[in-house]
Amino acid sequence: MINSGDTAFMLVSTMLVMFMTPGLGLFYGGLVRSKNVLSIILQSFISLGIVSIIWVFYGYSLAFGPDIHGFIGNFDWAFLKGVGLTPGTYSDSIPHLLFCAFQLMFAIITPALITGAYAERMKFSAFIIFTVLWTTFVYLPVCHWVWGGGWLGKLGALDFAGGTVIHINSGAAALVVAFMIGKRKGWGKDAIMPHNLTMTLLGAGILWFGWFGFNAGSSLSAGGLATMALVTTQLSAGAAAVSWIAAEWIYHGKPTTLGAASGALAGLVAITPAAGFVGPVSAIFIGLVAGIICCFAMSLKNKFGYDDALDVVAVHGIGGIWGALATGLFASKLINPAGFDGLFYGNPKQLLIQAIGVIAAIAYSTIVTIVIVKLIDYIVGLRISEEEEMQGLDVSLHNEVGYTM
Amino acid sequence: MKKIEAIIKPFKLDDVKEALNEIGIHGMTVTEVKGYGRQKGHKEIYRGAEYVVDFIPKIKIEIVVEAAMAENVVETIIKAANTGKLGDGKIFVIPIEGAVRVRTGEKGKDAI
Repeated sequence: MINSGDTAFMLVSTMLVMFMTPGLGLFYGGLVRSKNVLSIILQSFISLGIVSIIWVFYGYSLAFGPDIHGFIGNFDWAFLKGVGLTPGTYSDSIPHLLFCAFQLMFAIITPALITGAYAERMKFSAFIIFTVLWTTFVYLPVCHWVWGGGWLGKLGALDFAGGTVIHINSGAAALVVAFMIGKRKGWGKDAIMPHNLTMTLLGAGILWFGWFGFNAGSSLSAGGLATMALVTTQLSAGAAAVSWIAAEWIYHGKPTTLGAASGALAGLVAITPAAGFVGPVSAIFIGLVAGIICCFAMSLKNKFGYDDALDVVAVHGIGGIWGALATGLFASKLINPAGFDGLFYGNPKQLLIQAIGVIAAIAYSTIVTIVIVKLIDYIVGLRISEEEEMQGLDVSLHNEVGYTM
Repeated sequence: MKKIEAIIKPFKLDDVKEALNEIGIHGMTVTEVKGYGRQKGHKEIYRGAEYVVDFIPKIKIEIVVEAAMAENVVETIIKAANTGKLGDGKIFVIPIEGAVRVRTGEKGKDAI
């Protein structure tokens, strides 16, 4: 039976998650140099188109359609065949098509997150092919494993709103692409600085706002569980913003605006898998730890020499891993009877299952992303020419500029 | 005629302008410039990565006056722009061969 309250909430949640992708564009846009601002915003923006088409053609079916050996869905729901306005497999109270649309917004933002790793140097054609292939061969299978009736979900791995599917997955891919595409010209020598942090803060605000749809919406109903997910989301984001600026204040001497925004994002990432399984105090703890470890993870790229331009690995990869493991620590059936207890509630096995999920996602995403990137490099080439890079991608790839002043 | 080119701290512009007004200078050209001298640049930190920014914002004022006035103008700018700290700027005095007012075609000291 369609429930109009649930349906109304899920319609709004779908729109909120959609809004995150242009918000991500602004967040990233402010962090690059002004000559590349449009190129990175466009990558987020056009993902809204590219992934939507994939999703209808075969994406939704492979991710959520009838299961093949726990690995992937089949083509039964291709072109949304049978995905109609009555409730489907995943919810009794909203139209199946609405669940499909809600999940589409998750599929859109995931490859868009990776654009931060290869910002300021990827060919636009390479970006499009990467987004199509990565969505198809990495996102859809891993999404199926966790949510579509696949092996990880059956194993009992908890991922409320996509810590493994979205953040660990994209974080691992970001590391691979950053290594394979190489450093931006002048990295480590010249000052490659953010050009507009006010834009980044606006983007962070939009992401935080949209994340309520992401996490609370993942309860698929308008009730107590959605409320708890909304509250834990708010608390983790806020706590992580505070702990991040505290950490940098102590270690770098000054609290920064970018630190506050990055911290909030790290907190949002970390609470994503846990949002509907943990209580408010646990959420604050998850956020506090996320802000600190992600802040220190920023230095990994200098240590290992990869140019993850906008720190996708540190925020989404490391934050996602912490969130997935923290779910195995703090999950409680008192919060969500449909979940499991974590280590702190007497079930150490859950932590092990979460760790298996983390390792499986990292391993799969890493290997398949390597193959995809090799292939793209062979077909069209990954990287723009040195001259185009100096000129800036906005002019050299798109014949326009972000600012005329 | 002389041109006085003064590079000063941006926040001193109003003081300098008022001081020059008082000695009868009623026109100038101002440009926002960047540079460095003995005052080093500053440090910026983004996500823990440190950058040293060498070039710091300054204001360049250009004024053309009769040669006899030049000394007075320079003294006035020094007084108004001085903070006693590194980075107060520099003043250059340059000889000018000619000047023309575009509207009327007046030349020489009538033009300035």
